Amino acid sequence: MKVLMFGWEFPPHNSGGLGTACYGITKALSEKGVEINFVLPRNFGIEEKFLNVIYTRLPKIKMNEVDSLLIAYLNSMSYRKVFLSIEDRKNAENYCGDLIQEVYRYAQVAKEIASEVEHDIIHTHDWMTFPSGIEARRASKKPLLSHVHSTEYDRSGGHGVNPIVFEIEKNGIQEADRVLTVSNFTKNKIIDNYHVESSKIDIIYNAINKSDFNNACFSKNDNFRKTKIVLFLGRLTLHKGPDNFLKAAKKVLDKNKKVIFVISGSGDMNNQIIEQAADLGIADRVLFTGFLRGGDLKNIYKIADLYVMPSVSEPFGITSLEAVASGTPVLISKQSGVSEILNHCLRVDFWDIDDMANKILSVVNYDELGECLSSNGLSEVDKFTWDNAADEIIKSYNAVVNPNKRIAI
Amino acid sequence: MPSICFYFQVHQPYRIKKYSVFDIGQDHKYFDDENLNEKCNRAVIKKVAQKCYIPTTKVLLDLVHRHPEFKISFSFSGTVLEQLEEYSPEALELFQRLVRTGNVEILDETYYHSLSFFYSDEEFVRQVKMHREKVKKLFNYKPKVFRNTELSYNNELGVLVEKLGYDGIITEGWERYMGDRSPNFVYRPKGANKIKLLLKNYKLSDDVAFRFSNKGWAEYPLYASKFTQWINSINGSGQTINLFMDYETFGEHQWEDSGIFNFLRALPTEVLKHPDNNFKTPSEVIASYDCVDDMDIHNVLTWADTERDLSAWTGNSMQKSSLKKIYELEEDVINSEDISIQEDWRKLQTSDHFYYMCTKWFSDGDVHKYFSPYDSPYEAFISFINVLNDFRFRLDVVKSNL
Repeated sequence: MKVLMFGWEFPPHNSGGLGTACYGITKALSEKGVEINFVLPRNFGIEEKFLNVIYTRLPKIKMNEVDSLLIAYLNSMSYRKVFLSIEDRKNAENYCGDLIQEVYRYAQVAKEIASEVEHDIIHTHDWMTFPSGIEARRASKKPLLSHVHSTEYDRSGGHGVNPIVFEIEKNGIQEADRVLTVSNFTKNKIIDNYHVESSKIDIIYNAINKSDFNNACFSKNDNFRKTKIVLFLGRLTLHKGPDNFLKAAKKVLDKNKKVIFVISGSGDMNNQIIEQAADLGIADRVLFTGFLRGGDLKNIYKIADLYVMPSVSEPFGITSLEAVASGTPVLISKQSGVSEILNHCLRVDFWDIDDMANKILSVVNYDELGECLSSNGLSEVDKFTWDNAADEIIKSYNAVVNPNKRIAI
Repeated sequence: MPSICFYFQVHQPYRIKKYSVFDIGQDHKYFDDENLNEKCNRAVIKKVAQKCYIPTTKVLLDLVHRHPEFKISFSFSGTVLEQLEEYSPEALELFQRLVRTGNVEILDETYYHSLSFFYSDEEFVRQVKMHREKVKKLFNYKPKVFRNTELSYNNELGVLVEKLGYDGIITEGWERYMGDRSPNFVYRPKGANKIKLLLKNYKLSDDVAFRFSNKGWAEYPLYASKFTQWINSINGSGQTINLFMDYETFGEHQWEDSGIFNFLRALPTEVLKHPDNNFKTPSEVIASYDCVDDMDIHNVLTWADTERDLSAWTGNSMQKSSLKKIYELEEDVINSEDISIQEDWRKLQTSDHFYYMCTKWFSDGDVHKYFSPYDSPYEAFISFINVLNDFRFRLDVVKSNL
C-alpha cells in the first residue's frame, strides 16, 4: 500500500506534538510494509531511512515575530496578538494573506505531486495540509483521510475562532473519506462543530516510544535536593492553561515553600506569565527555561517530581505520556484526550485551582503517592505503542482503499 | 449427610468524603458528605437496604416460617449496624425479627471491620468487645463464633480468639494450606486446644456469589435443583458445606432480574428433598462434628482475590504508609480519653479505606473500581491522608490540653 502523506512539521524541526505524532505514525506504518511519500512544505533536511520525503520548495517567508505564525499551532489568539503588535495594519493584513496563501500554495503543489507520485491513499495532518489533501484527491481520485490532531476550537481555547481556519478545517473534514482523530474528546468536538457523522470518524490514540525517555542522567532521589520540582511543559498559550498553573502554584507555596515550579516552553503568553508570577509574589519560586528539545527535554521530565498538564482543551496531550515514560507522576486535565486512556495519573478539571493545588501538595508532601504513580505508570505506558496506533490506522486505510491493496494486520 | 452452613457478611464502611488539603483545620466531619450525592454513606445504605437487606431478609423470614429446619448465620460490622440505625431502621428491624426466630446465629467480628489484629492486639481486643456489646444491645445475642475482617486468618489469630472464649472461627478453604484435604470438615487451628476452624467452600460459595449471573459461565443458568445436585454429590466425602458470602450477593451484586431471589427461595426445598441433608449454623456444626486434623496456616490467609492474601489492602506504599500512620497514633488516641477522637480514629481503621487505594488491577478496571466511591486509588489516598492530617492536628490540641 502506498500512502501520500502531507505534513507540516517533522522532528527535530517541530514545535509540538504534531511533529512527534507524525514521526511515530510514519515509522510504525513503514515497519508494517506501508510505503510512505511524506510531503513537507519546506526543506527541513530530514534524513530518515524509513521515509521518502518530498519538499515542495515553497518560497521561504520572511521571519522575525512573524515567524511564530508559521508554526503548526497557529490560533486566532496568537494571530491577533501579532496582528496588533504590528504597527502597520496594512502589513498585518498582508501577513494574514501570506499564511493562508502559503497553505493554498502548498495545495497547488500538492496537486502536481499527486499526479506524479504513485499512491493508493492520501493522508493529511491538521488544517494546514487539508487543502493539499483535497487538491490531491481531485487530481488522483484516491481516498482521502484527514487526521485531526487539534481543532481551531482547542487552539483558540474556545475564544475567537478564526473563521478562515475554521472553514479550511470544515472542508478538510467533510471532504475526507474518513476522519482520524486522537481521542473521543476531539471526536465529539468534531461532531458538534463540523457536522460529520460519528461513523466516519476513527479514533487513533497517540502513543509513546518508552525507550526514548529511559535515560538515567538524573535521579529524583538525589540527596542534595530537598526541594520538589513541579513542571509545566508546553506552549505558553491560553489553551494550555499556564495561568491556572501559576494560580495553583501560589496556593501550593502558601502551604509548602519547598517547591519550585518550572515552566518550559514559549508562546504568546510569555510576558503575561512572567508578569503574573511577579504579581502573585512567587517569582522567586518559578523558573522559566524557554523551549526545550532533545536531551534537555528528557532531563527536565526526569528531574521533575510531578508533571502538570492543566490544558483548557487538549485533543490528546502526548507530553503527559512522555513524562510518565520518564518515571514522573502526572496531574492531567480532565479536558484532555490522554485522560481517556491513562489510568495511573491524577486528574483535575482545568478550572479547579483548589483541587489542582490539593493534588500537587499531595505529591510533594507524600513520596508514597509519587512512587505508586511512577511505578504503575511506567508499566502502563507499555500499552501505548505506535505499533498499535499503526494497526488502527491500517484498519482505517483498509476500509477505504482498493480491496486488492489492503494490508493484513 | 452434609450440613449446609450459610454465613452472610453484612458490612458498610463510613466512606470518607472528598477531602482536600484546604479542608484541614476547617472541617472535622470526614464522613458526612453534605452534597448528599449518590456515593455518600446515607445514599449507599438506603440503596443497599432497598435492593438487598430488606427484600432478602423478607425472603429469609418466609423461608424460616416454611422450613423450621432452615438455619443461617450473619456477621454484622458495627459500622453497618450504626448506619442502619440511622438511615434504615426498617432493615434493622427485619434483621432483628429474623434473629428472634431462633434460626439465626450471629458471629462476632471487629466493630470497625478493621485489620487491627495485624497491627495491635490491644486494639483488636477492644474492637471485639465493642462488637460483642453492640450485638448484645441490638439483638440480645451472645456470639460464640468469630470471623475476622475479610476472613483474614493465621495460627496466631486462632489461638488469640480461643483465649477470648470463642468456640469457633472461620476462614477461607484454600488449597495452599489445605493440601489435598477438603474444606468440608472441621479442623483444629495449629497451636489451639479447643477452638474449631470452619473453612469456606469457595467453589460452591463463589458459584452463587460471583458466577450466578455470568452468562459466559458453562453452568449458567444456575437453578436450585442443579446446585443441590452438586451438594448431594459431596455426600460421604464431607460433613459440612460452608457457604460463606457477602449478603449483598442477593440483589446488589447479583441483581434481582438475574433470578437470585428465586434461587434462594427454592434452595431449602431442594436441599431438604434429600433425607441426609440438613442446615446448621456454625455453632451447630462445631457441636456436631469432631476435628479431623490440625490446620497450619502460618501466613495471612483471606477470602480476597486470586492471591487470598492481604495484598489488596497492604500491597502498595500508599496503603502501607496509611496503615502505619493510623496505628502510630494508638497511644495518644487512647490516652486522650476523648470520645469523638477515638470514634473517628476507629472509623478510619475500616479496611475499605485501604482497599480503595489498591492499584493492583486498576489498569484493567475491574471489580475493585465498582466498589470504590473514588475516581482512582490515588484520590482515595489523597482524601485519607488529608483527613489523617486534620485528625493529627485535633489530637495534638487535645494532648496539649491534657
